[in-house]
Amino acid sequence: MEALSIIPVQFLHGLVYGMLLFLVASGLTLIFGMMGVLNFAHGALYMLGAYFSFSILRWTGQFWLCMIVAPLLVGAFGILMERFLLRQVHRYGHAHELLLTFGLAYIIEELVKWIWGNQPLHVEIPAMLAGSVQFLGITYPTYRLFILLISAIVFAVLFLILYKTRAGIIVTAAVSRAEMVNALGINVPLVFMLLFGVGGALAGLAGVIGGPYLITNPGMASTIIIDLFVVVVVGGLGSLPGALLASFLIGELQSFGILLIPQMAIALEFLLMAVVLIVKPEGLLGDKA
Amino acid sequence: MLELNDINTYYDNSHVLHNVSLDVKAGETVALLGRNGVGKTTTMRTIMGLTPARMGEIKFKGTDIVRWKPYQIARAGLGFVPEERWIFPTLTVHQNLLIGQKNVADPGGPAAGRWTLEKCYEAFPSLKKRQYAKGGTLSGGEQQMLTIARTLVGNPEMILIDEPTEGLAPKIVEVVADIIRDIAEQGMTVLLVEQKLAIALDLADRIYVISKGMIQWYGSPEELRANDSVRKAYLEV
Repeated sequence: MEALSIIPVQFLHGLVYGMLLFLVASGLTLIFGMMGVLNFAHGALYMLGAYFSFSILRWTGQFWLCMIVAPLLVGAFGILMERFLLRQVHRYGHAHELLLTFGLAYIIEELVKWIWGNQPLHVEIPAMLAGSVQFLGITYPTYRLFILLISAIVFAVLFLILYKTRAGIIVTAAVSRAEMVNALGINVPLVFMLLFGVGGALAGLAGVIGGPYLITNPGMASTIIIDLFVVVVVGGLGSLPGALLASFLIGELQSFGILLIPQMAIALEFLLMAVVLIVKPEGLLGDKA
Repeated sequence: MLELNDINTYYDNSHVLHNVSLDVKAGETVALLGRNGVGKTTTMRTIMGLTPARMGEIKFKGTDIVRWKPYQIARAGLGFVPEERWIFPTLTVHQNLLIGQKNVADPGGPAAGRWTLEKCYEAFPSLKKRQYAKGGTLSGGEQQMLTIARTLVGNPEMILIDEPTEGLAPKIVEVVADIIRDIAEQGMTVLLVEQKLAIALDLADRIYVISKGMIQWYGSPEELRANDSVRKAYLEV
């Protein structure tokens, strides 16, 4: 019995990590996947979300307030980043964006160490989510199920906005033909700036949610950033369902990889990426260019 | 309605438009003619703010718009139908129209003459038939109609139409020409760039001929018909 019940539990572990990954990657799907801005500081935005949340929680004791305020702060930070840094270098291409955001990620990491210190911080889970739930003979922490719920809500809301509203259609159109959308009376630079803000806010929300689970520490940005780009590329650039699928696969690969072939676990996701890029270069659910 | 005074436009260091001046009065259809690469499309892009002029002024309804951004110019009431069409290929016909939609319920405007999506589908039955098809799957003629329709639902007071019949089958060319004539007859002000001389002569109230980035001649269609030397020098291949 013991040996058998480990499979669903391990599956849930993979699912939770995968969905948290999706939560962070959803913002990168907008920023890199759709807008084509190579933002290597996306992991740093996620980290800022976790640290802002830590401080807000310490001052107010309200986790729910963190879930609202921290994403807004990170979103505003993202907007400033787009307006004053990335917009200036976008026309020079990805190399400039990479260098700029790579440097920015370092600066943010050092600032975080300077303000909050090098030590991992303990973020209290709200009492309501602190226990565990029993179902199908498994006992599982409530907070992890909460992560699944938030990811599902974020996916559903983003999906509806992107594919079913005029605002979403404008984003798709502005990404493919910015000049034309501009000439139809839409302030495209503003659209891009706001989209960057939304991407940042999503990273911030993921930081709030992920902080208590993955431990809030100054290395959390650099640990996750590669996974994020793997998700966006494997899923297909700009595809939200693709990012969801890729996050799920990577979460499960890591979870079962550690269980079955621990020496290879880290390599599995890159193996997946290599296979996808060879067989389907546009990504699992990406549009053919 | 639109007045260009001594417009000079550059692409980096190459001087493309030299002191271009022209005007289009309300309700008129004016054609801008010339061979390939003489500055017709650049003139359109300059008016629309996509390739801003370095010197000169562009007055639209009396206001100088030469430093305005494209979206501000569009909101002021200028519509643009580009030569490249720039359909959004992954969006449906209906979604393409939604992007162009604006000023539907302008309280100050003449509501009856407003282009709504319904009116658009009435005017373009072939688009209604394909409203859920992806823009990228349309034929050249359908794409051209969609481009025009997408601009019309923005309810502009004036439209710039760049080479609308380029690359279309002769039958479709007729259809597109008829559409432009209809729009103009309903009171729209039109600035048209057209390579097919017969169509331009047929649609335009007045004509400007451009060559090497300079306006070389202007007059009525009748005058151009009668003027062999201008046609030979600047238009016929």
